[in-house]
Amino acid sequence: MQRLSPAPRAVPIASTAVGVSLLLLFIIATLGGTVRNGIADPALKTISLWLIVVAMAAGALVLLMAGWSMTLAMRANRQTRADNILAARSSAAASRQDAFIAFGLSLAVLAIFCFVQLLLQNDGKLQQTFLQWQLMRESAVDVLQAFAVNVKLAVISQILVLVIGLVLAVARMAPGKAGAPIRFMAVAYIDLMRAVPAIIVLYLIGFGLPLTNLPVLASLSPDWFAIIALTLTYSAYVAEIYRSGIASIHPSQWSASRSLGFSYVQTLRWFILPQAIRLVVPPLLSTFIALQKDTSLVNVIGTLDAFNQAKFYASSSFNLSSVSVVAIVFVVLTIPQTRYVDWRLARANKRLRG
Amino acid sequence: MAFIEIEDLQKSYGEHEVLKGISLNVDRHQVVTLIGASGSGKSTLLRCLNALDTINNGQIRVDGDVVSGPGVDLNRLRRKVGMVFQSFNLFPHLSVEENIVTGPIKLLHHSREKARARAAELLERVNLGHRAKYYPDQLSGGQQQRVAIVRAIAMEPEALLLDEITSALDPELVAEVLNILRDLAKEGMTMILATHEMQFAKEVSNLVVFLEQGRLLEAGPPAQIFGSPTQERTRAFLKQIIDAGRL
Repeated sequence: MQRLSPAPRAVPIASTAVGVSLLLLFIIATLGGTVRNGIADPALKTISLWLIVVAMAAGALVLLMAGWSMTLAMRANRQTRADNILAARSSAAASRQDAFIAFGLSLAVLAIFCFVQLLLQNDGKLQQTFLQWQLMRESAVDVLQAFAVNVKLAVISQILVLVIGLVLAVARMAPGKAGAPIRFMAVAYIDLMRAVPAIIVLYLIGFGLPLTNLPVLASLSPDWFAIIALTLTYSAYVAEIYRSGIASIHPSQWSASRSLGFSYVQTLRWFILPQAIRLVVPPLLSTFIALQKDTSLVNVIGTLDAFNQAKFYASSSFNLSSVSVVAIVFVVLTIPQTRYVDWRLARANKRLRG
Repeated sequence: MAFIEIEDLQKSYGEHEVLKGISLNVDRHQVVTLIGASGSGKSTLLRCLNALDTINNGQIRVDGDVVSGPGVDLNRLRRKVGMVFQSFNLFPHLSVEENIVTGPIKLLHHSREKARARAAELLERVNLGHRAKYYPDQLSGGQQQRVAIVRAIAMEPEALLLDEITSALDPELVAEVLNILRDLAKEGMTMILATHEMQFAKEVSNLVVFLEQGRLLEAGPPAQIFGSPTQERTRAFLKQIIDAGRL
C-alpha cells in the first residue's frame, strides 16, 4: 500500500514573494521620485530618470518570477486535489525555489538602487567628493607612479619575511634542552611583534633610527626603514604560519625518517619542511596580501607612496577622488590574488579529501 | 654472542609502565615473532630497539655494541636496524623511487645512478617495477607497504623491525606483503616482527615470544608455543585466536 505524505506548502511563500516584489516596485518609484525632485542639475535629473527606469525593469522581472512561483503553487494545489501527490511535490518544490530566488533578487535590486540614490542625493555630492572623474584622471598618473614604491616595499619585505619567518619558526621548535633558550627568544620575539601595531613599529623605526647615529642603520633611506618595520612585524605572523604547517605533519613522518637514520635537521630539511610549506602556501599568500595593504602605512614616516601622493592632490583640491584612486588600485591588485588563494585552498582541500 | 641482546628492558610513559623488564636474545638470520594482545608492549619494544623511544632501564646491545643510554650515535644504529610501520609512513610528497633512494643517496652517499638502479631492482623483486614514478597516494595499501619494506631494505640494514605491518591492510592484500617477508626470511634477513598473523608466525619464525602486559611470559620455537604452551595465559590467548578463526 502506498501512503504519500503531502506536498510542501507553496502558496503562502509564493504570495509573499508577489507581495515583496510589488513592495519593491513601490519603493523604487517613491524613493526614486523623491530623490529626483531634490536634484537641480538637469543632466543629473536625466540620469536619475534612467536609473528609475532600469530599476523598475529589474523589479518587473522579479515580479514575473514571483508570478511564476504563484502559478506553480496553484498547479501543485490542483495536482494534490487530483491525487497526483508526486507531481504536486515537484511543482511545490519548484514554486518554493522560485519564490526564494525572487526574495534574493528583490534584496539585491533594492540594495543597489538605494546605494545609487545615495550617490545622487544632494546633487550628487557623494559622487563628487569621492569619485570625481576629472580629478581622478589628473591624479592617476602620479598616484600610479608612486604606487611602484608600494610594490617595491611589498616585494622586498615579502622575500625577507619568507626567510626570516622560516628561521623563526624552526627556532621556535628547536628540540631538547639546548633548544630551550632559542625557543624562548623566538617566542618572545613573535609575541612582541604580534602585540605591537605595525604603524607604531614603523613610526619608531622611521623616526627613531635616524636619531641613533648608528653606522649604516641611521643613514638608510625611508624606504628601507619601511621595509625593516614591515619585515619585523610580518615575520612574526609568518613564523606562526610556518609553525602550524610543521606541527600539522603527522609524527609518523618523523618516525619514518628517523628510523632510516636521518638526523633531526635532515628530517626537517628533506621531509617535514617540503610537506609543511606546501600546506601553508594559502595562508602565507593571505598574509602577504595584508602586508601589501599595510605598505600604505608608510605615509606616516613621509615615504612618497601612492597614498601620500594622493593626499597631496586631496589637500590641494579639497576633494578625496585621488585617494579613491589609491583604493581602486589596491582593489585591482588584491582581488586577483584573493581569488587565487581561494582557488589554491579549494584545490588543497580537494587533495586532502581525495 | 647473539646479534641483538636485550637485557631487563624497562620503559614507561609517565606513570604507565609499558615494558617491565624484558630480556631477549636474537641471533643473526633469525626470525623472531612477538605475539600478544594489543597493549602488551610489542610495538613499544620495537620502537625501543630502533631508539625511537628512549628506555628507562636495562640495556640493548646490537652486534656487541651497547646502543642504549647517552652518547650513542643513534643515526648510525638506525642504519643498521631498519623499521617498517603499520601505517606505511611513506613520504607523500616524494615518488616511490625518491622515497627509496633518498636514504642511500643522502646517508650512504651512493651515487644517484647506483641508488636508482638498486631501487629498480628491489622494486622489481616486489613486483612494483612499473610503479617507480607513482606517488604513494596513487598506490593501494599493499603496494605502499611493499614500497616501505623496499625503502627500509635499500638502506642495507642488518636487521629489520616490522611493526604489525599487515594490520592496516585489507585481507586480500595481506598475502602480497607476507610473501615478501617469506623471501627475506629465506635470504637470511634477521627480523623481529610484531604480528597478529599467527599462521604466518608459525610458518616462518625460529622463535615466538609471547608478551603479556609488558612482560615476556613465554618464548620458544613455534611448535612449542602453538602446540603445547606452558603458560595458562598463553593458552588463553591462543584459544581466543583459534575461536576467532585466525589460526
